[in-house]
Amino acid sequence: MRRLNPSLVAGGVIVGVIVATALLSFVWTPYDATFVDPSVRLATPSWAHWFGTDKFGRDVLSQIMVGSRTTLFVGVVAVGVAAVIGVPLGVLAAMTPRWPSELIMRTNDLLLAFPALLLAIMFGAVFGASTLTAMVAIGIASVPSFARVIRSGALQVMRTEYVLAARAAGRKPFPIALRHVLPNVTSLVTVQASVSFAIAVLAEAALSFLGYGTPPPTPSWGRMLQESQEFLFSAPRLAVFPGIAIALAVLGFNLLGDGLRDRFDPKLEDRR
Amino acid sequence: MPNEPAPNHPAVQVIDVVRDYPRPRTSLLGPTPVVHALRGVSLEVKQGERFGIVGESGCGKSTLLRLIAALDRPTAGQVVVEGTDITTLPERRLRFLRENLQLVFQDPMSSLDPRMRVRDIIAEPLVVQGHPASGERVRELLEAVGLSADAGDRYPHQFSGGQRQRISIARALAPRPRILIADEPVSALDVSVRAQVLNLISDLVDELNLTLIFVSHDLSVVKHVCDRVAVMNAGQIVETGPTADVYAAPQHPYTQRLVSAIPTLERALSGATTTDLLPSKGETA
Amino acid sequence: MNVLEVAGLNVSVRDTTLVSDVDLTVGPGERVGLIGESGSGKSLTALSILGLLPEDVVPSGSVRLSGVDHDLIGADERALSRIRGRDLAMVFQEPMTALNPTMRIGDQIAETMLIHHTHPTRSAARAAAADLLDRVQLPADLLRAYPHQLSGGQRQRVVLAIALSNDPALLICDEPTTALDVTVQALVLDLIVQGVVARSSALLFITHDLAVVATVCERVLVMYGGRVVESGPVHEVFTNPRHRYTQGLLAASNLEAAGSRLTTIPGTVPAAGHFPSGCVFRNRCAHATDLCATTPAWSGTSTTGYACHHPAGAPHA
Repeated sequence: MRRLNPSLVAGGVIVGVIVATALLSFVWTPYDATFVDPSVRLATPSWAHWFGTDKFGRDVLSQIMVGSRTTLFVGVVAVGVAAVIGVPLGVLAAMTPRWPSELIMRTNDLLLAFPALLLAIMFGAVFGASTLTAMVAIGIASVPSFARVIRSGALQVMRTEYVLAARAAGRKPFPIALRHVLPNVTSLVTVQASVSFAIAVLAEAALSFLGYGTPPPTPSWGRMLQESQEFLFSAPRLAVFPGIAIALAVLGFNLLGDGLRDRFDPKLEDRR
Repeated sequence: MPNEPAPNHPAVQVIDVVRDYPRPRTSLLGPTPVVHALRGVSLEVKQGERFGIVGESGCGKSTLLRLIAALDRPTAGQVVVEGTDITTLPERRLRFLRENLQLVFQDPMSSLDPRMRVRDIIAEPLVVQGHPASGERVRELLEAVGLSADAGDRYPHQFSGGQRQRISIARALAPRPRILIADEPVSALDVSVRAQVLNLISDLVDELNLTLIFVSHDLSVVKHVCDRVAVMNAGQIVETGPTADVYAAPQHPYTQRLVSAIPTLERALSGATTTDLLPSKGETA
Repeated sequence: MNVLEVAGLNVSVRDTTLVSDVDLTVGPGERVGLIGESGSGKSLTALSILGLLPEDVVPSGSVRLSGVDHDLIGADERALSRIRGRDLAMVFQEPMTALNPTMRIGDQIAETMLIHHTHPTRSAARAAAADLLDRVQLPADLLRAYPHQLSGGQRQRVVLAIALSNDPALLICDEPTTALDVTVQALVLDLIVQGVVARSSALLFITHDLAVVATVCERVLVMYGGRVVESGPVHEVFTNPRHRYTQGLLAASNLEAAGSRLTTIPGTVPAAGHFPSGCVFRNRCAHATDLCATTPAWSGTSTTGYACHHPAGAPHA
């Protein structure tokens, strides 16, 4: 019997709780997350409002619960877009001869130099501001870092003798990419995905603040953090709760990524 | 019998091959610096011969192997395998080479994909060539290299260096090649295991009528395995001849230096010291 | 008085014993070889002497160095760092990692002497560094070079120059030429031997290569499965091996054997911690009997002997 990997368990539990919270928020929250109650503005935590209320008197716990939906959405879309484009691009850059590879990587550098937020704002202006357009833009902006990391990993795999042996046996480039390169760079993909996830959550916060992310009444952890800025000294809890939520989410996905990487690494499979 | 060699052609001919590599630029201006890996190499390996290539790191022996295996292209010159000039053949016309010529590599850690089970590793050349990769054939190959049938279910990291080298050999033999190229196959192995792997290669070459090209930095190993040897230095072949002759009476100054530098038990036990390994005094011995 | 005395050395990680009961002495000016294959424990033995074992690997037993009034096992890092580089120097397999890539060669050689105050001033140390570089047959203009500008062989000679800079009582070399080409190996081996002879330093030379040990050393210890299985003068051990492992190893490395087949030792070297109990070699030994399930006692003197129930050959003269 294989021993369960602790980071897989911890990551799974944290991500599981976030997913459960998001699902629960569809059917129940303590208060309507968007309900404004001027009588309890900036209330401290109490039995009525466990996490207190914000400057409009909205319940923070309810907002966090509903906000988890935005966070999951953000993570899946942004990381998905980045990985689906970035991973093949990186592998392609590693496997093509000199000049096409150079072309891919220099284009990549160009995109890397382009501010992600500016790209998101452009997208928002063209396609209309929404969480989806913002996150597609953030995803596209994360493509270069994916491509770069995956390319360096794929280059290492391409230099191994097992790839040489596969070529000597007549394997064509595409099957080599599929059979040998991709399985051996998956650990890099999971690590990069958890980094990109953290960046996406924070970028969503900034974009919401600028009015190009999640439109105002829909709660989002990022915007809660942003709105708490003016009360950082008078009511730091407004920053603490969404801050903890974001940190937990990032940690959870990181642990899950690590755990999955180890789980699928045959070298660690029978570790005593 | 599928292992019928084409008549009258040498197994491998290398004719005046040059290979230059561009080195990564260090400045934007000025010409790209060039590494001359091979500077006009010619050799001929007859069918059924055990041919050794000896040289130190950076002498170009690995580059030469890659050219023979059509994993790389020469800058100039020709590579002819079993009478077919492969120098400019596109990959899709190299099928005969991909079936008939296989390689075994030095590093038992990096020569097997860590994510694949042993049976898939061994079957890969078969799958690629469109042969049915039956469990029967894989078991047969495992047995031929002295591994148990259940080895196929495991992953490479579960084997020792010597066992991995056996797996590499099984993979190379899967498509029933006529030419086997071994690149430093025992350099990374323990002495007690080295003898086993050398015996295995020797037996299989005899049994399957293979042409063997054996590359090593270790002249004593090549002397044991090969009939004929080419000594390489700085991208050139400096000496070729029957292995025993080259070892006993090296002609080229580089070969002389190489032979005298090899420490052997016999010499040491008859009183040779480290000073005797050095060229000036070594030659008088 | 011996330069190095190792007695009853054990090394273990968690509940796995990697080195058992190693006794080892090196006399003044003596050149002793330690041979073994992967997993034999030879490098761990060297690292224990140097106090450089990884954190979770624990040594026990005794390691005494002449001129040092305390045991090296259990000594704290400060005490050890006073000894390392002065009384005890080392050369490892990979010369690149032994040198600081951002420091010039000359400064690195001088630094070792300045740390241990063996030269009074920086300029005296610099002059000594130039002299040392000359002794390892490298041109003086390399003093201003950085490690990456040197070849592997040149780097190993620099490492050797650093190791010898304070005339250590004992030089430990762990596979110093394994990463080098044969012709470069010849020069480095000769420099090591000339270097220790000139300083009357003792040498502990660790390698898997029988021919190298026979050329460099006077006395040899054969390790297998974390134990010393045989020891004695090089000529004795290599011409008249008593332990079945030594015998097998010699036969397997004899490439001059008549006929095309080499003599082999069956099986593979087990992974660390998976050697059989009793005689560590019994699962690969053609002569093993039920008796071999008990640990064989050491036969012979402390410097010449073997641990085998069914020894080969004639008794040592």
